[in-house]
Amino acid sequence: MSIKDRMSGNEAIAYAMKQIEPDVFAAFPITPSTEIPQYFAQYVADGKVSTEFVTVESEHSSMSACMGAQAAGCRAVTATSSAGLAFMYEMLYVVASARLPVTLACVNRALTGPININNDHSDSMGARDSGWIQLYAENNQEAYDNYLQAMRIAERPDVRLPIMICQDGFITSHAVENILLETDEKVKAFVGTYEPENYLLNPDMPLAVGPYDTCPYYMEHKVQQAQAMKNAKQAILDVAADFERTFGRRYGLIEEYCMEDAEAALVLIGSTAGTARACIDEMRREGKKVGLIKIRSFRPFPAEEIAKALSGVRAAAVMDKSEGFSGCGGPVYAETCAACITLPKVPKLIDVVYGLGGRDCRMEDIRRVYDHLYEILETGETGPVYLHMGQRSNEKEVL
Amino acid sequence: MNRITEIRWHGRGGQGAKTACLLLADAAFTAGKYVQGFPEYGPERMGAPITAYNRISDERCTVHSNIYEPDYVVVVDESLLESVDVTAGLKKDGAIVINSAKEPEGFRPLLNGYQGRIFTIDARSISEKHLGNYFPNTPMLAAIVKVSKVLDEDQFAADMEESFHHKFASKPQVIEGNMNCLKESLKEVKGA
Repeated sequence: MSIKDRMSGNEAIAYAMKQIEPDVFAAFPITPSTEIPQYFAQYVADGKVSTEFVTVESEHSSMSACMGAQAAGCRAVTATSSAGLAFMYEMLYVVASARLPVTLACVNRALTGPININNDHSDSMGARDSGWIQLYAENNQEAYDNYLQAMRIAERPDVRLPIMICQDGFITSHAVENILLETDEKVKAFVGTYEPENYLLNPDMPLAVGPYDTCPYYMEHKVQQAQAMKNAKQAILDVAADFERTFGRRYGLIEEYCMEDAEAALVLIGSTAGTARACIDEMRREGKKVGLIKIRSFRPFPAEEIAKALSGVRAAAVMDKSEGFSGCGGPVYAETCAACITLPKVPKLIDVVYGLGGRDCRMEDIRRVYDHLYEILETGETGPVYLHMGQRSNEKEVL
Repeated sequence: MNRITEIRWHGRGGQGAKTACLLLADAAFTAGKYVQGFPEYGPERMGAPITAYNRISDERCTVHSNIYEPDYVVVVDESLLESVDVTAGLKKDGAIVINSAKEPEGFRPLLNGYQGRIFTIDARSISEKHLGNYFPNTPMLAAIVKVSKVLDEDQFAADMEESFHHKFASKPQVIEGNMNCLKESLKEVKGA
């Protein structure tokens, strides 16, 4: 039986960490992820975990410490946000290419500047090419459940990649909501122990980690890394299936809501999915065939699954919670468009950049996007495909 | 349909409006409800206006936006009335609860034409009487439970007592003061 409780997204992650009891937790505090190491430090002080808690002087060092620990054969974890994640950038790539399954709790926050502490996805979206698996949560429950699944996915021999468990800063991280927790015993049994094949502290098999890779080998290693990311798709599905058998809650690469007969759909990531679902319920009662695709795994990107889910849709809006500055739309839009190119009939696709720096997204905002999609369907005119929503402006590229 | 009670808290950084909001979420959870309790953060500094929100319902509420049309508003610091439009969007059949020693109707001219019910509670004197210091959390929490009827009063008092026993396990001497503070607050709410 699951345990009924209530806690914030940050506490849910710290609680999952306590249950898993990783060998090493190295962290430097930054809002809004600070509470995660704060809660965990309390568990350490209270003697509830035997984890080595390493306080470092920067995020570059926290990721370096995680790399050293994981390479030595330990399970290493950290937590960060925004500029903290940016400060790790070099090490994110090093850890991923060294094929070390470190787990990072990312509490999404706008990436400076102007300086802003509130939620958007610009921090982790910037890290999308670093070679990390990225799972996103809609609420505290999903943050907890994703964290319980993270290490099984990352450590699988055909994957061996680091993993980022993302949740929306403040909206999820600081909101207390109901949650179902699992017992320590069941969590430990589900997650299992880390059994690396090769590790630095193995005297029988000495090895080097992170040496210079010459031209004749570099590309082979990069292709292997790319193959590992492809393999991660199946790993995510397999671990989700076992999670459902064990705990009863279902997860996939994407989550579809009312998509069976949808003619207008949204594609988005994170906490806005809940607000969109409430809006869909309202509009369905009015007879509107609207649906939602929530992306759980952004890395690997579920291109086939998204294309299939959109195959029957006539118009869709991709909602990007990061700007991206491509000049032609955000990252989720670009990848969704690329995914749909294989479809015999591509739906009309627009991008709506929204929620930057914590700009609130309300049910009526979601309705405005659907209304806009219906306008496109009625007139047959797609109009501008790269829109921004919610800011003070009268430009036509504003929704 | 899922009936959702929405509450907005106005306070100043450091006064405990966020804590009171989370305590209400706790109490509602204990009563078997689905809850949301979340603060809205700006630049963090003592004394700056802050807002916090509660949604309380019988089924999970999936909406994750701030609350613009609350059923109830709680004002933890009456000096906010000069600078913050605390009744913005407040439903006519809802109510506002203000921490003040003054009579409720005296506030009507300050509430931008708000027509609904006004309540006050003198959290300072109740808190100073029972706790020897000014902690407005418990009185404001009791007042909003009383006014909104979102929880059964007796059950709420019993749940809070248990929660105080847990929270103050290392200093049981403050439990009685907090409970007296809570019980008196349930009685001392003034207004329609």
